[in-house]
Amino acid sequence: MIAFTDAERKEYRNIWVVAEILSGEIQSVTHELTGAAKILADLRKSEVWVVVMGFGIKGKLESLFAYGADVAIVVDHPGLSGFVDETEAKIMKRLIVKYKPEVVICGATSRGRALIPRVSVMTHCGLTADCTGLSIDPENGDLLQTRPAFGGNILATIRCSNHRPQMATVRPRVMKSPEPDPGRTGRIIKEEMLTSDTEKIKQIIDIFHSTETAYNIADAQIIISGGRGMKGPKGFNLLKQFAERVGGAAVGASRAAVDSGWIPYAHQVGQTGQTVQTKVYIACGISGQIQHLVGMQSCDLIIAIDKNPDTPMMQIADIAVVGDLFEIIPEIVSEIPKL
Amino acid sequence: MKIVVCIKQVPATNDAKIDPETKRIVREGMKAILNPFDTYAVEEGVQLRDKFGGEVIALSMGPPKAEASLREAISVGVDRAILLSDRAFGGSDTWATSYALSKAIKKIGDIDLVICGKQAIDGDTAQVGPGIAAHLDWLQATYVMAVEEISSSSIRVKRMHEDGYDICEMSLPAVITVVKDINIPRVPSLKGRLASNKCEIPVWKPDDIGADTSKIGLNGSPTRVVKIQPPPPRHTSTKKIEGSSIECAQSLLRELRLRSIV
Repeated sequence: MIAFTDAERKEYRNIWVVAEILSGEIQSVTHELTGAAKILADLRKSEVWVVVMGFGIKGKLESLFAYGADVAIVVDHPGLSGFVDETEAKIMKRLIVKYKPEVVICGATSRGRALIPRVSVMTHCGLTADCTGLSIDPENGDLLQTRPAFGGNILATIRCSNHRPQMATVRPRVMKSPEPDPGRTGRIIKEEMLTSDTEKIKQIIDIFHSTETAYNIADAQIIISGGRGMKGPKGFNLLKQFAERVGGAAVGASRAAVDSGWIPYAHQVGQTGQTVQTKVYIACGISGQIQHLVGMQSCDLIIAIDKNPDTPMMQIADIAVVGDLFEIIPEIVSEIPKL
Repeated sequence: MKIVVCIKQVPATNDAKIDPETKRIVREGMKAILNPFDTYAVEEGVQLRDKFGGEVIALSMGPPKAEASLREAISVGVDRAILLSDRAFGGSDTWATSYALSKAIKKIGDIDLVICGKQAIDGDTAQVGPGIAAHLDWLQATYVMAVEEISSSSIRVKRMHEDGYDICEMSLPAVITVVKDINIPRVPSLKGRLASNKCEIPVWKPDDIGADTSKIGLNGSPTRVVKIQPPPPRHTSTKKIEGSSIECAQSLLRELRLRSIV
């Protein structure tokens, strides 16, 4: 909504988080964002509200309060068991008009990135995608949103002074999850579904849970990634063994490996794959074309293993291991005890 | 079936530099390409047209030189192209861009399906596709990895999610955004190249699409970029591990253990 004057802006209060629900479970990104929202709300002396849309989520709300929420707005309905963009957007608009939040933050997940742009247009609000930093002006409530652009080559700071609420998405694992306080409590506001929410919407025919088609590498702590240097699907079996021995590791790949058919697309890291910000990224036989680097260069620790010490990947790595990965990796695997 | 494919010309990102004085992106001399994700949208539009007949139209908003990307779309089989280009569109954020594109789609008329790439590689927002759907009040499906079925009145698609995928059905008209899995874009044929050289690409201005000028360009954009800076440098030095394979393995293991990774 347009809010040109201070008086108009003052009508909007509180920092909202849109909860990410998968299979009826509240996802950790929601807790991360609740923690980030709490910092903003404290500066504004306002509250953190979490919007929960789903089915069968009652009784799972305590965790939201433990992570810093003051209020949970809950819409619990069978029509929300699958992800119906149109329905959720209509509910969000209704809630925004009714309660007037100052800021709305949503996970930059496949669902969040579909839902929030729709809501931002319906409510005439500004929206900034994939923020890596959020701060707020304690006086006027303007949200300063920092995000990478041009494939990570620049950082842009974005402000949205004349519209409320201000909307932002944040990728999972960008914000640190706060320590939960199990003793903390909050209020629950129940909101109903309206008949109009289910008019002119898509029908979900079927839902499949699969780790192969949508391999969630971005959620891993550690990614062990392979490129052209893995020479074939067998090379990736080696990386899978390596990943199994390292707790919480996922297997990633460069575009070259995916295009060669050695591993499915869902594993691809980089500009046309996924952007990852894991604690550790181990690049095996990846030369490091810029399109790959932009997808992983903000990982905390980058380790590269390659025969060629002069590749771009070996240059940007924190640790560069020069040698034959077909000898080095089996040696490492044999030294790490099985979990 | 009448399809619009929305495409964007983007800078090849590895050329992106910031002017140290103005803190703005240096666009001069920057190589421009068709957004890689949009090549899948174009291909899907062309394939659906080939199967079901009708027309596929490429639509873009940008400076006059963005015409080159529209010609690229024609070279791989798009029937015709339209460019939204005017100073008044300049500085549009995703809200204003999706508004302008939605007005152009209305102006073209009788559209059954709009196809966009998942996101553009310069902004990486993925907001324009759903934004168009919202401005038009049409149904939307994002991260589409397959079009399973399509008829004159509905479309059934497979959507990619973090935890798997779903199949959903929407009445038309609708907007879909597609991921790389959906197809393999073709290379231009000789006939296609000739067509792309010959074709006239009309340029539409705000008046042509009946756009409310308070909703386009910088003035119509809720968001403002207030600062641009280079990202903090990654690190100062690389620790190199060399030697026999066993020595390398042992040294790396030590590093991993020091950091409690294994």
